[in-house]
Amino acid sequence: MISSARWLVSDSLVLARRNIEHVRQIPEKLLDVTLQPLMFVLLFAYVFGNVIKVPGGSYHEYLIGGILVQTLAFGIIGPATAIATDLTEGIVDRFRSLPTSRSAYLFGHLIAELAAAALGLTILVLTGLIVGWRIHSSPLEAVAGFALLLLFASAILWLGTLVGLSVRSPDAVTGVIFVVIFPLTFLSSAFVPLGGLPAGLRAAAEYNPISTIVAATRTLFGNPTAVPSDAAWPLLHPVPAAFAWCVALLAVTVPLTIRRYRARTAG
Amino acid sequence: MYDSSVPGTTKAAGVIAEGLGKRFDDLWALRDVDLEVPAGSVLGLLGHNGAGKTTAIRILTTLALPTTGRATVAGLDVVADAARVRTRIGLAGQSATVDGLLTARANLVMIGRLYHLPRGVARRRADELLERLDLADAADRLVKTFSGGMRRRLDLAASLVASPPVLFLDEPTTGLDPRSRNELWELLRELIRDGATLVLTTQYLEEADRLADEIVVLDHGRVVAAGTPAELKTTVGGERIAVTVAARAELGAAAAALAPFAEATAVDDDEELRVTIPVRQGTRLMEVVRALDAAGVDALDVQRREATLDDVFLALTERPSGEELAA
Repeated sequence: MISSARWLVSDSLVLARRNIEHVRQIPEKLLDVTLQPLMFVLLFAYVFGNVIKVPGGSYHEYLIGGILVQTLAFGIIGPATAIATDLTEGIVDRFRSLPTSRSAYLFGHLIAELAAAALGLTILVLTGLIVGWRIHSSPLEAVAGFALLLLFASAILWLGTLVGLSVRSPDAVTGVIFVVIFPLTFLSSAFVPLGGLPAGLRAAAEYNPISTIVAATRTLFGNPTAVPSDAAWPLLHPVPAAFAWCVALLAVTVPLTIRRYRARTAG
Repeated sequence: MYDSSVPGTTKAAGVIAEGLGKRFDDLWALRDVDLEVPAGSVLGLLGHNGAGKTTAIRILTTLALPTTGRATVAGLDVVADAARVRTRIGLAGQSATVDGLLTARANLVMIGRLYHLPRGVARRRADELLERLDLADAADRLVKTFSGGMRRRLDLAASLVASPPVLFLDEPTTGLDPRSRNELWELLRELIRDGATLVLTTQYLEEADRLADEIVVLDHGRVVAAGTPAELKTTVGGERIAVTVAARAELGAAAAALAPFAEATAVDDDEELRVTIPVRQGTRLMEVVRALDAAGVDALDVQRREATLDDVFLALTERPSGEELAA
């Protein structure tokens, strides 16, 4: 038992290293967690920042929580394309023919993608500090804020793994994700306060889990949340609601992913 | 942790399969296949696309479960003991590729680590194999930039990382130019001399003829012939005469003219406009030419030759039908 757990860890790290090596060979693979969020911060901060008024604070302080969550949400693309590509190329069969732990393949991807997400997080925090964003909360709350973001990132990566195992080709990934993740992040409080939206849209955005997680991040970092006092329950209690969303997403995606992986690799 | 529980199979166990079958929905990709490959010998699995070669390899390498029957590799059951089978086998070819976005060296080190070799050992082994397979100069190049021949050599290197006693090579030379093919054959011969047990699938009869001790011909998932290359050639008769004609319409007339000399039915090749017929021992070429002339057949070429494995193949197998699995 102990030796198989040890091999699972060591095999997963060997396979995570493979993904990191891919990035070293093709650095553009990291654009989505480096330049892209940076560009989003600058565009929103300086283009929209002058127009959008945030009740109770500055737009720059408001924006970073939104972009942190949005960037992590787009992290779904990484594992989804990587796994879909592997499956079309037969490398998974190579790994399966070796005396390697079965689940190491999935964990290898998850570890590498989580490292990429952490890098994106760091870059965003630094950019945020440059454009005037600050953490105003207690250290404990700040730690809880980063813990929430990493938990959200893990849930998203499992979802991405599930997508990668479910699509028929890597090309399908972009389509699936743009249809789902784009509206989900934009119809939320990530970039604009919800107070000004028409009633129907506002209700949808308020129950959008992205809004909840964004509001929780802002709350934990002591940034303005601009949540109207008559908002939906999850927005008024964003921190417990956000953790609950992440745990629920993991509770659904982990077993489904494992089942799908078994089905895809069963002979 | 010692192998005290290994079932009492023979000491010379290479690969044994009994009644192996694999069904995909309604289609049997493999049916009632028996194989016996003594340790240190080479089995050639011969067949068209879709004949079941890859399916057989996938079952023997634990990538797929058999629907019926059982198989052992190096004395271990491929289903019950799959995890330990994987420590005894190397696989190269169609279904197990290497990573195009890694260098050749990084691929081999990774595979060594996944075989649970210590890091230093995995590195040394990678260097050794790169040297041996003549890839040392390309060791630090990305694999996706490799030529077909280099890629196949790296595939082969990947299967050799853990020096496994049993090797499975799934169409190791498909798509290679003749020169690269010859080079790869030379490498395979070295491995065979070193005592590897080899199961090799191929569509090339020449390859099976040159490398295999024993050949099994698969067609539509079933074994249609088995034996040494020499035995197989005798089963379909010795000498043949091949007549090439100018037009497809003349194939029938040519076959009819050859009938008096025939020992078995003629085989037409519509594309090459050639009819090949096994003839009785001692048939004289002049008589054949006269018979063709008398029948008014305009023969472009008349050739007498010994039977080849191609003849075996043509005599025993049907062309694959369109809806069949490429498995």
